[in-house]
Amino acid sequence: MGWFHRRGWRDLIIGLPYLWLVVFFLLPFAIVIAMSVATKTPTAPPFSFGGAQPWVNIETYHRLISEPLYLRAFLISIVNAAGTTLFCLLLGYPMALALTRVSRSARNILLMLVILPFWTSFLLRVYAWMGLMGKSSWFNAGLTEVWNWLVPVSWAVKSLPMMHSNFAVVLVMVYTYLPFMILPLYASLERLDPTLDEAALDLGSRPWQVFLDVTLPQSMPGIIAGGLLVFIPAAGELVIPSLVGDASTPMIGRVISDQFSQARDWPMASAVAVALLALMVGPTMLYSHYQARAEGAK
Amino acid sequence: MRRRPTFLLSILSFGFAFLYVPILSMVFFSFNASRLATVWGGFSTKWYGALFANKQVGEALLLSLKIAIVSSTVATILGTLAGIALVRFTKFRGRMLFSGLVTAPLIMPEVITGVSALIFFLLLASWIGWPSQRGFTTITLAHITFSMVFVTTIVQARLLQSDQAIEEAAMDLGSRPWQVLVDITLPVISPAILSGWLLAFTISLDDVVITSFTTGPGSTTLPLLIWSKVKLGVTPDINALATLMILCVGIGVAISGVVMNRAEARRLADERLAYRSQA
Repeated sequence: MGWFHRRGWRDLIIGLPYLWLVVFFLLPFAIVIAMSVATKTPTAPPFSFGGAQPWVNIETYHRLISEPLYLRAFLISIVNAAGTTLFCLLLGYPMALALTRVSRSARNILLMLVILPFWTSFLLRVYAWMGLMGKSSWFNAGLTEVWNWLVPVSWAVKSLPMMHSNFAVVLVMVYTYLPFMILPLYASLERLDPTLDEAALDLGSRPWQVFLDVTLPQSMPGIIAGGLLVFIPAAGELVIPSLVGDASTPMIGRVISDQFSQARDWPMASAVAVALLALMVGPTMLYSHYQARAEGAK
Repeated sequence: MRRRPTFLLSILSFGFAFLYVPILSMVFFSFNASRLATVWGGFSTKWYGALFANKQVGEALLLSLKIAIVSSTVATILGTLAGIALVRFTKFRGRMLFSGLVTAPLIMPEVITGVSALIFFLLLASWIGWPSQRGFTTITLAHITFSMVFVTTIVQARLLQSDQAIEEAAMDLGSRPWQVLVDITLPVISPAILSGWLLAFTISLDDVVITSFTTGPGSTTLPLLIWSKVKLGVTPDINALATLMILCVGIGVAISGVVMNRAEARRLADERLAYRSQA
């Protein structure tokens, strides 16, 4: 029996963090769920249970489904998050694969370089792109020249309208979340046995067949983990769309924040939040399903 | 023999260019004399001067550091306890809920955490009169809550690797519980506790969304200050601020690299010594 099995210690070790999480995480979350079936009122705080309305008022959820604003925001969020995940995968997969092929000493430095942006401010990384995408920047000017050279003269532009677009949102999300994709991919690719590749090559497979039949299926857990780590924060992203996005294509995070602070509609903000969480449940279940299967295979 | 993976290496180079060009561009233009943030107008360090003359920046940085130090320290204590609880106690009432509570904040979108914390604090204020205003306390409470679970994850992983038999042996040999804690358990998980603290510290220092919901009048952290400036557009003094932050991170990473190399070298030397004295 360890020291921690003594009764008093045990209660303290379990009780303290448990109590904290119940009070500051579970309780606020339970309030949000309850709030989503409350009725909006012009009082302060701006909600009530009961009164002229039923105790459990599902009108908010009804509006959530029937008003196109919300459905559209959900679709935009899903499309943007899925696009971000896809581009992160397309860029991150070859990068992770390349990292497994360089020498050990180079690999450590390069991995460090993948992680390093994490330690610099998230806001400033978004800001860096605001500078690059702006109309007067060297980056935009360079891309504009390439564009004008590629397309017919009638399509030529003075500068590319990159800022305040959905394109900008996805680009910056790919930029900020790319390390989340590379690291789990690298972890799963690094474990693969290189002799399997060689065996397949010896038996006459073409390199791309080796990739499709040997490497790709074995790296599936890494793809799922990386995909989830990118998709989930991307779907709920608030900062990036409000800095580089277009107000006419709002993402769900923006809707929650606006409903809460501007419209002062707490029930609606809560209902949208609950719906966003429901959206996260699917991918998370998929992930734990794969995790459980991977552990079962061991 | 395998061919040189030219295709992969060129994508790798492109990827690193993608990751670092924006950052380097920011550093470069922080020395720009022009008011336009991304058009070169000659070398100047005036934006650094403007930054240091700005009292708001200093105050915001101080508040951010205070919140980060307090919240990461409390988060580390709570998170470590939770990690020990989950690994060492395989059965207790409500364990399922507890392990759920420890994972949920990791995948909860920040907007939802922020909104629910704000609703919670507003309702508390109207029910029991506390917190009468939002600021340092409410931000710190929210930061502790969402960063402690990161500490738990790290400590949990470390404990799962460590050998519980050593603790049991110490108890059998007559150590008192607190001696086992101080002499064995804590030293074993101390690297995890340290990296947990660092992670919690960075998360707190960098947070925008949850802070923006739990803050009140007069409590502007550094990310909130940057956020309000950046919303209005690109300004050159932010380039200077970014460069200084990158410099700090670079120095921090270099120091921790050296320290870790030393610790590793010492550990190897100790092991060699132990081996020789055995032989």
